[in-house]
Amino acid sequence: MSTEMQKVFGRSAGLTDVPFSFCPGCTHGTIMRLIAEVLEELEIIDNTIGISPVGCAGFSQNFFACDFIGAAHGRAQAVGIGVKRALPDRMVFTYQGDGDIAAIGTQHAIHAAARGEKITSIMVNNAIFGMTGGQMAPTTLDGMRTSTSPYGKNTATEGFPIDMPRLLANLPGAVYVAAVSVDSPKEIAKAKKAIKKAFKVQMAGLGFAFVSVLSTCPTNWGITATESLQWLRDNMMPVYQMGELKVTEEVAKL
Amino acid sequence: MALERKLLKGNEIIGEAAIRAGCGLFFGYPITPSTEVVEYLSAQFPKRGGTVLQAEDEIGAIYMCYGAACTGNRVMTASSSPGVSLKQEGISYAAAVELPMVIVNVNRCGPGLGGLGPAQSDYFQSTRGGGHGDYRTIVLAPSKAQELYDFTMDAFDLADKHRNPVILHTDGFLGQTMEPVWLKPRPEQPELDRSWVVDGAKGREKRVLASYSLTNEIGEANNLKWEEKYKHIEETEQRWESFHAEDAEYLIVSYGTTGRISKSTVLNARAQGIKLGLIRPITLWPFPKKAFEPILDNLKGIVTVELNTGQMIEDVQLATKCKKPVYLYRRQGGMLPTEHEILDFVVDTFNLTNEEA
Repeated sequence: MSTEMQKVFGRSAGLTDVPFSFCPGCTHGTIMRLIAEVLEELEIIDNTIGISPVGCAGFSQNFFACDFIGAAHGRAQAVGIGVKRALPDRMVFTYQGDGDIAAIGTQHAIHAAARGEKITSIMVNNAIFGMTGGQMAPTTLDGMRTSTSPYGKNTATEGFPIDMPRLLANLPGAVYVAAVSVDSPKEIAKAKKAIKKAFKVQMAGLGFAFVSVLSTCPTNWGITATESLQWLRDNMMPVYQMGELKVTEEVAKL
Repeated sequence: MALERKLLKGNEIIGEAAIRAGCGLFFGYPITPSTEVVEYLSAQFPKRGGTVLQAEDEIGAIYMCYGAACTGNRVMTASSSPGVSLKQEGISYAAAVELPMVIVNVNRCGPGLGGLGPAQSDYFQSTRGGGHGDYRTIVLAPSKAQELYDFTMDAFDLADKHRNPVILHTDGFLGQTMEPVWLKPRPEQPELDRSWVVDGAKGREKRVLASYSLTNEIGEANNLKWEEKYKHIEETEQRWESFHAEDAEYLIVSYGTTGRISKSTVLNARAQGIKLGLIRPITLWPFPKKAFEPILDNLKGIVTVELNTGQMIEDVQLATKCKKPVYLYRRQGGMLPTEHEILDFVVDTFNLTNEEA
């Protein structure tokens, strides 16, 4: 028997050596690691181009080992579509926050789904604008206090939370739509499965694949890391439909 | 092989030239009077190889161009004034990431919705960067069908050469007019540096194309780098046509459609012994300052002929260091001047005798 130490867990090859710079308790790092593992397992790191938005998700360009393009706020999908149309055999994914995809860039999300663009979009939904200091987003929950809804979000004047997966699942070009969470090991395993499927959909050229991942923002929510996980379970999961919302027959065969 | 000559609409000529320049990607959104560009390519690309995508909006179209340009492929979009306003954020991003791309602006008059007639009211927008931040785009101003073709080809070459967005600044008159055009082959190009292209990190280090500067020091270093590039372009790419300007006492400065009309004005003036000349800027940025140096001493006065409230006149005043009086003759709102009206203005302004009248 060998006496050498065996490495059983390490950094995914899909990530660079740059350490994550997120606040304590933020789940961006977990989500990025899952994507990196998927890129590694599917052996597509050097065939993939990621598109980063602005905000906390924008740092993704430094953390992933694949090529990356930085887009303007909300435009990651349009940029990704330009890349994919130019290089149809490359894998293209966008990593965006909920402000990016459900507010300023909604039109691109809807039309990417409508046209069945063969890209993969990951939306990280923490119900808030994180980077700019915790302002209200279209995903902010009823009554939730943010810096621009200091008395609590009033749905009568500020609208109801947008459930992007439900919205996009209605469009025929969106062939795979899932909503997952990374608040527990069990949910993390489910999230990875969904992300992997979303990339496989693109490899098979089936259409638009979208995965929404619920995420915490303890800094701007004003609670501890552990509390934020429970807060997500108690408050976000009942509002946002979870699970695989759309799996076409072709996708189910993958 | 003999050159092919074809009768085409101005906007179609741009599409044809783009295909022959090796552009295989077009992202656009219909807007009058530029729509024939996207229509022509929608008909041609499926037959001749190439991708045309009608985007959800102008913003989507420009960012699709941005993504495609990151892969090192030739890409174009076309629009008209309000549509180009919507694209400005994306053009600023493309300038910051130093992406080659061609943006066609078939000017309509403004502000607001304006009208469809020929105008040059987007001169400031085209030549001052247009969007936020301190950047420049190379701007080419064709005046006739053959130039729509030639300058579209040049636009792609200049974009690649300087890694910078290039604007083809035309108008509804040029876009809608049918004229014969020689379909010249694509000129030979030097080997380009492609070490920046993002196309998957196979067998190389990963690359990132992005414009965020994390520190002020990085920000300033970037601005200085771009400034140096813009200075180099200003030094090396000024283009203009000089028409009877060498011995001119009076000078018209006009580009595009009005530059073309002004040629007739010059010929009519010369027939009457008036020493009138024309400088027709071909690059609006960099503005052809060099055109004025050899002829300035001889001049008694200058008239800019523009389809706006007087925008290029500022560049003429700067280029001539205000050494000679510069007057403006303009039409607006989609109206064009005749060659006679321009001559009348020149004669009145400088107290000359107009035997034409």
